Amino acid sequence: MKGKAHRFGDDLNTDYIIAGRYKFKTLDMDELACHVMEDLDPDFCNRLEKGDFVVAGRNFGCGSSREQAPLALKHAGVAAVIADSFARIYFRNSINNGLPALVCDTSEIEDGDDLELDLEKGVVTNLSRGQEIGCDPMPKVMLDILKEGGLVEYMKNHRAFSLEGKR
Amino acid sequence: MVSGGNDVYGKGKRVGKTISEKILGSHAGTEVSAGEIVVAELDYMMAQDGTAPISVRAFEGMGGDSLRHPERVSFCIDHNAPSPSWSVSQLHSMMRDFTRTYGVELNDVGEGVCHQVMLDRGHVVPGSLVIGADSHTCTYGALNSFATGVGSTDLAAAMLSGSLWFRVPETMKVTISGKPGKGVFAKDVALLMVGRITADGATYRALEIGGGAISEMELEERLTITNMAVEVGAKAGLMEADEKVMAFLKGRTIAKAEPVTADADAPYIDELEFDVEKLIPQVAKPHRVDNVCAVEEVEGTTVAEGLVGTCTNGRLSDLRAVAEVLKGKKVDPGVRLIVAPASREVMLAALREGLIEVLIEAGGLVMCPGCASCVGTHQGVPGDGENVISTANRNFKGRMGNPEASIYLASPATVAASCIEGKITDPRRYVS
Repeated sequence: MKGKAHRFGDDLNTDYIIAGRYKFKTLDMDELACHVMEDLDPDFCNRLEKGDFVVAGRNFGCGSSREQAPLALKHAGVAAVIADSFARIYFRNSINNGLPALVCDTSEIEDGDDLELDLEKGVVTNLSRGQEIGCDPMPKVMLDILKEGGLVEYMKNHRAFSLEGKR
Repeated sequence: MVSGGNDVYGKGKRVGKTISEKILGSHAGTEVSAGEIVVAELDYMMAQDGTAPISVRAFEGMGGDSLRHPERVSFCIDHNAPSPSWSVSQLHSMMRDFTRTYGVELNDVGEGVCHQVMLDRGHVVPGSLVIGADSHTCTYGALNSFATGVGSTDLAAAMLSGSLWFRVPETMKVTISGKPGKGVFAKDVALLMVGRITADGATYRALEIGGGAISEMELEERLTITNMAVEVGAKAGLMEADEKVMAFLKGRTIAKAEPVTADADAPYIDELEFDVEKLIPQVAKPHRVDNVCAVEEVEGTTVAEGLVGTCTNGRLSDLRAVAEVLKGKKVDPGVRLIVAPASREVMLAALREGLIEVLIEAGGLVMCPGCASCVGTHQGVPGDGENVISTANRNFKGRMGNPEASIYLASPATVAASCIEGKITDPRRYVS
């Protein structure tokens, strides 16, 4: 996948991704998608194009367990989030909803850079700067969930978690 | 950051086990070590009205037609309760329909904050493995339960299969010693801890929290500290179970408590020590929970709203601390003091002790047990430019429903004293 980088900082919490005043109201994620990052960057939704990437520093998605956070990002058109690290509940939620979350050194990725992502290899290529950045490997169970399109599909197929062939 | 099976403590070295390794191991049916990925059977699962509707939809999407253990599941309507709007009411109806259909416990509007209700009902015992679709599920660690927050879809998978996969976390040992003086509370200790460890200082890790200060504390105070473990990114905040925990559980449950302690040679990835003997009241400034300072640094800051309650500080001892400060005094006319007891049980006890009367006479307003104004959906959204002083656990911009307001976090006594003066105030002046 290819897209533009939208650069954010450290400790971006789930309240900023989607504020509580919206998330409790509806299960219509397209409606929530219009408010993604609103309190932090009210113009974000207008600048975002389908297939773009959110690039952040440490501890992306800290705070509440709201799954509306990755869902709203996904429905807004974000193809993947790339960060130095993720808060653990968010990380699971993102993969469970089929939104790739990659851990790598983002220090040299700038706002507006063109990126290409190879999920199989775990490599981010910064096309604007000609750099290849390796990502941390994901546990096999998470890769399986991501490959099957999310945890709903995974459970529909398997009915339980399997660790066979774990790393 | 997340990778399976890392041998972080050196190859092949035999070492003791942490509390997390023991609890996850006993529920996975095998010996486990930090870094491993395991599938473990759950003792209890919880979801609230901000998360349960997505769980219900995911459960249906998975083709779920029965729960592995409906008797181990509890739903609670607390975040947006009573419903402020038509759309929220539809989501609440979804939860009521689901619990009726599948024989799941529902704690409807007015029962309280999900975490306090889980404790009041005796659903959490030492040695148990509990998940909740709410990040503050880590609160139950004060009862020696490995309890952690998950998202809605993980909860749906757990309802269906009875189990969930976990990465066994490394553990940080936090030792808190000393006896805080008058006017200094567990919340001040919790804020100190968050300020020192910082918002991502314990990400993917478990905390084991102990020491003389913790042993001296009542269970309610310990819950305030474990509640905030997630504010440093921790997966769990674990304490040992003692006679105070067992006394709380008496008469609430017949489930077998199996207290777990760490081995003397258990491996810790980090060890921290805090002495709270000379601690002064702490405040978290906007808009970060780890932006912590001594109360004197922000004294005099005008406040328009005070919130006492939430899963952090809505228990009986918190209401007692507030009543002690407010007794015979009046809340400043420029301040709205909102009090929401953590549960029906807490509210009844406070009524019987006369605490509610003290709060109302002082000019406070008492609301339905639940999350109240904490999550910014209803019941006390602040205005533009207003400062709020709150006993909650989060002060993110927009958290209480208005990104133009600022939230300061403090102990119940600090909130009460600040409401009397209309500005942030050191509570030690009001505590005899």
